[in-house]
Amino acid sequence: MDHDRILLEHGGGGLLSHELVTGIFLPLFRNACLERLEDSAVITLGDRKLCFTTDSYVIDPLFFPGGDIGSLAVHGTINDLSVCGGKPLMMSAGFILEEGFPMEDLRRISRSMAEAAQKAGVSIVTGDTKVVARGAADGLFINTSGVGIIEYPSPLSVASIEPGDAVIVSGTIGDHGATVLSKRRELGLISEIRSDSAPLNGLIGSILEASPNVHCMRDPTRGGLGAILAEIAAQSGFRITIEETKLPVREEVRGICEILGFDPLFLANEGKVAVFCSPADACLILDKMKNHEYGRDAALIGFVGKRNGEGLILNTSVGGSRVVDLPLGELVPRIC
Amino acid sequence: MACRTDRGLSQFMSRKIRRVRCLFTGIVQGVGFRPYIYRMATNYSLGGFVCNIPEGVVAEVEGTAPQIEAFLSAVPKELPPAAALTALSNTDVSLLGETEFQIISSRAEGNKAVLIAPDIAVCENCLREFRDPGDRRYRYPFINCTDCGPRLTIIRDVPYDREKTSMACFPLCPQCRAEYENPANRRFHAEPNACPSCGPKLWLTDENGTPFSDDFNDPIAKAIELLSKGKILAVKGLGGFHLAVDATDEGAVRRLRSRKYREEKPLAVMVRDLEAASKIAEIGDRERKLLFSPQRPIVLCRKRGAKEIAPSVAPGVPDRGIMLPYTPLHYLLLENTLSALVMTSANQSDEPICIGNREALKRLKGIADAYLLHNRDILVRCDDSVATVTQGKTFMIRRSRGYAPKPIPLLRSCPNVLALGPQLKTTLCILKGNLAYLSPHIGDMDTPEARKFHQESLQLMERIAQCRPDVLACDLHPAYYTTRLAEELPHRTVLRIQHHHAHIVSAMAENGLTGKVIGLAMDGTGYGTDGTAWGCEFLLADEVDFQRAGHLRPYPLPGSDRAVREPWRAAVSLLRESYGEFWREIAGNLPLKDHAPHFELLDKMMAHGLNSPPTSSLGRVFDAVAALLGIRQVVNFEGQAAMALEAMASAPAEKTYTFDIFEGDRIVLDLRPLIRAIVQEQLSGREPQKIASDFHRTLSRALAAVTAKIRMRTGIEKAVLSGGCFQNRILLDSVARELEQEGFAVYLHRDLPPNDGCIALGQAVAAAARMERQEAGR
Ligand SMILES: [Fe+3]
Ligand SMILES: [Mg+2]
Ligand SMILES: [Zn+2]
Ligand SMILES: [Zn+2]
Repeated sequence: MDHDRILLEHGGGGLLSHELVTGIFLPLFRNACLERLEDSAVITLGDRKLCFTTDSYVIDPLFFPGGDIGSLAVHGTINDLSVCGGKPLMMSAGFILEEGFPMEDLRRISRSMAEAAQKAGVSIVTGDTKVVARGAADGLFINTSGVGIIEYPSPLSVASIEPGDAVIVSGTIGDHGATVLSKRRELGLISEIRSDSAPLNGLIGSILEASPNVHCMRDPTRGGLGAILAEIAAQSGFRITIEETKLPVREEVRGICEILGFDPLFLANEGKVAVFCSPADACLILDKMKNHEYGRDAALIGFVGKRNGEGLILNTSVGGSRVVDLPLGELVPRIC
Repeated sequence: MACRTDRGLSQFMSRKIRRVRCLFTGIVQGVGFRPYIYRMATNYSLGGFVCNIPEGVVAEVEGTAPQIEAFLSAVPKELPPAAALTALSNTDVSLLGETEFQIISSRAEGNKAVLIAPDIAVCENCLREFRDPGDRRYRYPFINCTDCGPRLTIIRDVPYDREKTSMACFPLCPQCRAEYENPANRRFHAEPNACPSCGPKLWLTDENGTPFSDDFNDPIAKAIELLSKGKILAVKGLGGFHLAVDATDEGAVRRLRSRKYREEKPLAVMVRDLEAASKIAEIGDRERKLLFSPQRPIVLCRKRGAKEIAPSVAPGVPDRGIMLPYTPLHYLLLENTLSALVMTSANQSDEPICIGNREALKRLKGIADAYLLHNRDILVRCDDSVATVTQGKTFMIRRSRGYAPKPIPLLRSCPNVLALGPQLKTTLCILKGNLAYLSPHIGDMDTPEARKFHQESLQLMERIAQCRPDVLACDLHPAYYTTRLAEELPHRTVLRIQHHHAHIVSAMAENGLTGKVIGLAMDGTGYGTDGTAWGCEFLLADEVDFQRAGHLRPYPLPGSDRAVREPWRAAVSLLRESYGEFWREIAGNLPLKDHAPHFELLDKMMAHGLNSPPTSSLGRVFDAVAALLGIRQVVNFEGQAAMALEAMASAPAEKTYTFDIFEGDRIVLDLRPLIRAIVQEQLSGREPQKIASDFHRTLSRALAAVTAKIRMRTGIEKAVLSGGCFQNRILLDSVARELEQEGFAVYLHRDLPPNDGCIALGQAVAAAARMERQEAGR
């Protein structure tokens, strides 16, 4: 697919984002570390293994039930380090501010960043601030980077996934996406949904401590659980089968999705992790999760099948099955 | 004087002896073609021979000139049921003085240039033997001959030879072999030839696949007993398994529906005979012919006499899908006790039909109570075809068993192209020379089974067409599976064809049209060149390209794909378009008021463009009107509301509502006045039946009026009709009539359905035409 301009969908986390990365960035920046296209880069320094990641936050609205752009920026980077098996050590924070942005909002956001970092036990050790003219940015953008140390003995990556692996998700899906949708001013929705934005280093640390048989982890942020599982299925060639009836979805989220015509599988999460592990350890890991405040609704949702290139298969609640394709990040009806 | 001269001349002529060499190409081998030529030649007292050659069948006939001419004109008219001629050429050769005619057995049997025939319903001759207690195949469920029986569904590879079919594991007994080798016999080279002593066998198992031991000798009697008790029987048929229940048993039908998760889709009924058919549907002359045709499709006939059939077989639709038995096994099942069976392809909801014994036992677990199995493997999936009669002609809804893979002849030769088809109701197509090879119906590309079936079909069609095109055609929609597949396959060129252009080019190709036409693509949705969802399109098109000359005024579709399942959403959108900010008050008084709690939110979604893509879909207008009239707010399958609306519109139309046409660069059809009129009439209490009829008429007028405006601008008088909306026969009939009255030459599909089953052909031909233009430009 050829586009001569960037479309919004290029940032949607779907197929077009993927094309942008593999079509432009990867060939030009090419190196062994980047090529793995994991959430963090894994670097070996002497006998130490470190991981390093970066992420930018451009959300609207800036404040939402359950968090704000500040806590989100801290949690996002912590989670990206954690799913690579890294214990987060330190972070940076960069701000791009639009001329005229309320000082009070900036203070509030910074305070929430500080609290989030403290709660997760991570320090913000360096930073940067730029102000751009009115209109050149929308209020406030934040970039965070982070470094972590990896002590888990076996590599956590798509390449470590094995046939038969269990697929576990740490809780209800789509909460963050549904919250952001419901808070879009123009919709005027009233709902109780809160974002799940949370630091996962504690939860993940307890899993890794309990089981040496975790093979891969991902935080299903933009594009949702559906996008990351479809992507892993495509990358690995393994068929991944998940059960619709097993997917934990809050009633309110389901309601919002139904009326707006969205699928919780493709809505963003900011405090969830999907775990691939050997089936023998599935119960143990599920147990660890359920005993953690951020994993109470954890569920075993499916298994890894044969390496037959079938992709991600959803067994539906009415007994059929369908292939879940990597979303394109655009919504044109497919039905004829 | 004159009289005598004439007689003299004709006497002279009749004494003139000719010898003519004829070459027949097409589906001419393994279909009883040589015995047929033998009979014809003998009838006309001609000498000579007939034999197979790699290109087809060659015959030389020698005799008087009038007899030869009579022979030549008669041959194409009375072909054996499984045969199809793609070409017939003849040249005079020197006389040999032969007066005897013979079939020459040749070793070039079944060469690769020969086409594979579709599967054919059991023929009269076989049925006679089947019913004759003295015949050795009395009541044998696998009786067949060169005129009938399985073809496509038993092939493993081409050429079509017994060794390459699933009959390979049944060595012929001496009697069967003798028939097989005797050129004068009806079973000469009938590859699936078999009898009770050497051929496939039937058995019945319980839900776990364990044979019923006590009834092993008469599985049919036991199967009938189970069906009569309301059990669900999985029956291995020709192109796959059916799930069968007694169609008169409401409880059984409901059980089947709940187990198959197919809550409201109409189910097809197989009836014992014409009498049983006439009791439950209106069977005209044409319908009767179609029902009895060797292809034996499911024929959609207008319902009647509801009491003979369980109400939940086909609720809320105007038609009943009826078919006659087409395998000997079906005849046995419907012989005495049962007169009508629901026969629905065995699968879960929208997956492809299942074919293997083990596959059936696995996939139908929890659905079937018992399995009627046999050991003749089905190697190629082939669903039942669906057809209807309209404008006095056969009109396909789904082209599969009995028709595929017989190629569609085109009027000209094209470069080789492979077209992968759309997302729903998919078929794929290989274009080679002047033939288009369409696969059997594959279905909706959302399931892993369908995707696998698509791959299988691709390999099969490449073998059947003996061709591996390196030019590939697909849809413009980036999210279609077939589009993504096109990007992955290692082909030289990929050409992406806009959905509605493919619709129109498909119908053009079937009618041999090449110049500019006005195409009316009336559809659900398809991806437009502007990235929006098109669906009521007037295309100024030729094979290579098109201009969007006119379309329906776009409206938002709140919830996107969700709106397909919930017609009230399209209704809300059209009300909002028609009444502006007052729409909520209006809607609150209409049958969709149940959804009033969501009106505010939908309004905002549309106002801010949240998941509300703009569309010009006509299918969704039908949905909306059905919702406005209180017919359906929510549907179980695509098109259900539109079908219910059609069912309501049986009374003759009384008036025409208004509509607007705006002429800018493009002509835009504005149906808002029509929506307002419908709302007014609904509110004033006019019967919805009458409103539905007048809606159909108004819409037809509107479509014809836009077409006429385009003719004023372009002078083009050919109108080509395609798109899923034309499955609605009232719409099709009235649009065709309006256009003809306006003086248009109107072209419809012939062998293909107007729905997305036609897309692959259109993609292929459009891509071929572009390749040709590129070559020419070089
Ligand atoms: Fe279509
Ligand atoms: Mg990241
Ligand atoms: Zn026969
Ligand atoms: Zn035999």
